[in-house]
Amino acid sequence: MDFINAILVLLNYTIIPALTYGSQLALGAIFVTLIYGILRFANFATGDMMSFGTMFAVLLTYYFQSLGINLGIFPTALITIPFATFMMILYMLSIDKFVFEYYRIKKSPPVQLAMVSVGVMFVTQAIIRIIIGPADRTFLDGQKFILKASEFKEMTGLNEGLTIKSTQAITIVITMIAVSIMFWFLNRTKTGTSMRAYSDNEDLALLSGIDPKRVVLITWIIAGILATIGGILYGLDKSYRPFVYFNNMLPIFAAAIVGGIGNPFGAFLGGYVIAFAEIFLTYAYKKFFTYILPEALEPNSMMQLLSTDYKFAVSFSILVIVLLFRPSGIFKGKTL
Amino acid sequence: MAFFEGNKMTAGYGSGPDIINSCSINADKGEIVAILGPNGAGKSTAMKAMLGLLNLKSGSVLMDGKNISSLSPQDRVKAGISFVPQTRNVFADLTVRENLEVGAFLRSDDINKVIEEIYELFPILNEKRSQKVGQLSGGQRQQVALGRALMIRPSVLMLDEPTAGVSPIVMDELFDHIIKVKETNVAIIMVEQNAKQALSISDRGYVLVTGENKFEGSGNELLNDPEVRRSFLGA
Ligand SMILES: Nc1ncnc2c1ncn2[C@@H]1O[C@H](COP(=O)(O)OP(=O)(O)OP(=O)(O)O)[C@@H](O)[C@H]1O
Ligand SMILES: [Mg+2]
Repeated sequence: MDFINAILVLLNYTIIPALTYGSQLALGAIFVTLIYGILRFANFATGDMMSFGTMFAVLLTYYFQSLGINLGIFPTALITIPFATFMMILYMLSIDKFVFEYYRIKKSPPVQLAMVSVGVMFVTQAIIRIIIGPADRTFLDGQKFILKASEFKEMTGLNEGLTIKSTQAITIVITMIAVSIMFWFLNRTKTGTSMRAYSDNEDLALLSGIDPKRVVLITWIIAGILATIGGILYGLDKSYRPFVYFNNMLPIFAAAIVGGIGNPFGAFLGGYVIAFAEIFLTYAYKKFFTYILPEALEPNSMMQLLSTDYKFAVSFSILVIVLLFRPSGIFKGKTL
Repeated sequence: MAFFEGNKMTAGYGSGPDIINSCSINADKGEIVAILGPNGAGKSTAMKAMLGLLNLKSGSVLMDGKNISSLSPQDRVKAGISFVPQTRNVFADLTVRENLEVGAFLRSDDINKVIEEIYELFPILNEKRSQKVGQLSGGQRQQVALGRALMIRPSVLMLDEPTAGVSPIVMDELFDHIIKVKETNVAIIMVEQNAKQALSISDRGYVLVTGENKFEGSGNELLNDPEVRRSFLGA
């Protein structure tokens, strides 16, 4: 009994939240890695671009709510995904047209493009500030829980309950669908293969008749879809604070680098590696040990390795360690 | 007039000095033409100029009598000119089959038949079709590179050192394949370091020195020319 209770504690406070957070990071990390693999620069505007897309989901959710449109038990924000994604792609394509393209044609070094993306980041932040402001907003509606602790306890008669928030289930399901479609596209379609070829060997791709403009366009579109979805899921799960997305870039970049930058599947797994590391290292295991250890050995401390204040330090340390010992990432394979 | 001609081409990289000077190379369908010369002579540069990867300062490139000097490299590929570069001539992260598929990117018809033909020409590629090309041996990679270039069923094939870094046995094999391709009425231009072997399968050859045509003639003529022998064939 105690053993099951202990497992439930872990599920509730570490595994389910880490799968959720990991999915959100994974979507951002795939964005970083796709842009890096095809456009060949580290995009420091990633976080704020995700925030930009989410902003439209928030505004549209309010608008739909005012019209009385909703999805019943599901969050209204889900219907806004196509619109928000569309706005995001429009924004990214215009930024590309007016900013990045110039440096790409000039064949500027990646560092220069990365610095340019810092400029784009500031501009994006300013636009967000003008349109929606910095305030914290909740846009989650519909049913909040799929499974409540109290219901679970009643059903099973166990001490510990199992809680599954609807945002957690939605995040994991939508991420799996979006990521599967993306991998199918990259690996099984002619356009996807041409993107991987372009990422692998640009000159030979050009000699094979692949149109670089089209590859760049499709990359922004796919990356935009994933980043907007990631941003919206994060906002639904936590609430929409526009500038928290900037902070999330650290774990997102860590995930992309852990997975081997340029490798989307690595970035996907990297998201979970970072999320699990962050949550496992900052969780207080007292309750867990109280269940599995005999009474005499019961811990009297919190049994917490690191305070949650240090969660960014976890990503940062992983980032540094990976860069020092496995700069090509901890998974096999290199690029797209 | 030959099917594929580079006439008096002068070109360099960007605003740098001219690397090739009034250099002429031509090839007819069903012919293998070898370009020989010391390292840095401008052999690769001459090929790149014929593909349009660098701009000509003077001279012209003709295909089937039409001046294609103003076409972009992509458009020349569309017109049927395939090029296998000297370095990075495969997609290392892609599988063998995917390399071939990318080679056929410009084709909209069913490419399975062409892939089958390539597999027949290079049985090893069939065997390794789902392996990443980065994991193949040097000789196998050169076959992938050749296979990729053949996917558009080119009428002109330019090969920059197709046998670089392969053993003598594989080199003979590759040359056999190149002869088979030539027999399908393709104009083949190849740069080679293995001068003697290359000349022995070539119909004609050019020797470039510092970007200029120094000698030219049939394979046998060059093989037997005392000066060419002394300075380039090491005998
Ligand atoms: N991308 C480039 N930019 C500037 N200069 C170049 C470039 N590629 C080659 N060169 C210069 O052009 C000259 C001729 O080079 P090229 O590659 O054509 O020689 P090559 O005859 O093919 O030699 P090798 O037998 O070594 O392949 C060299 O002096 C080289 O430094
Ligand atoms: Mg060369």
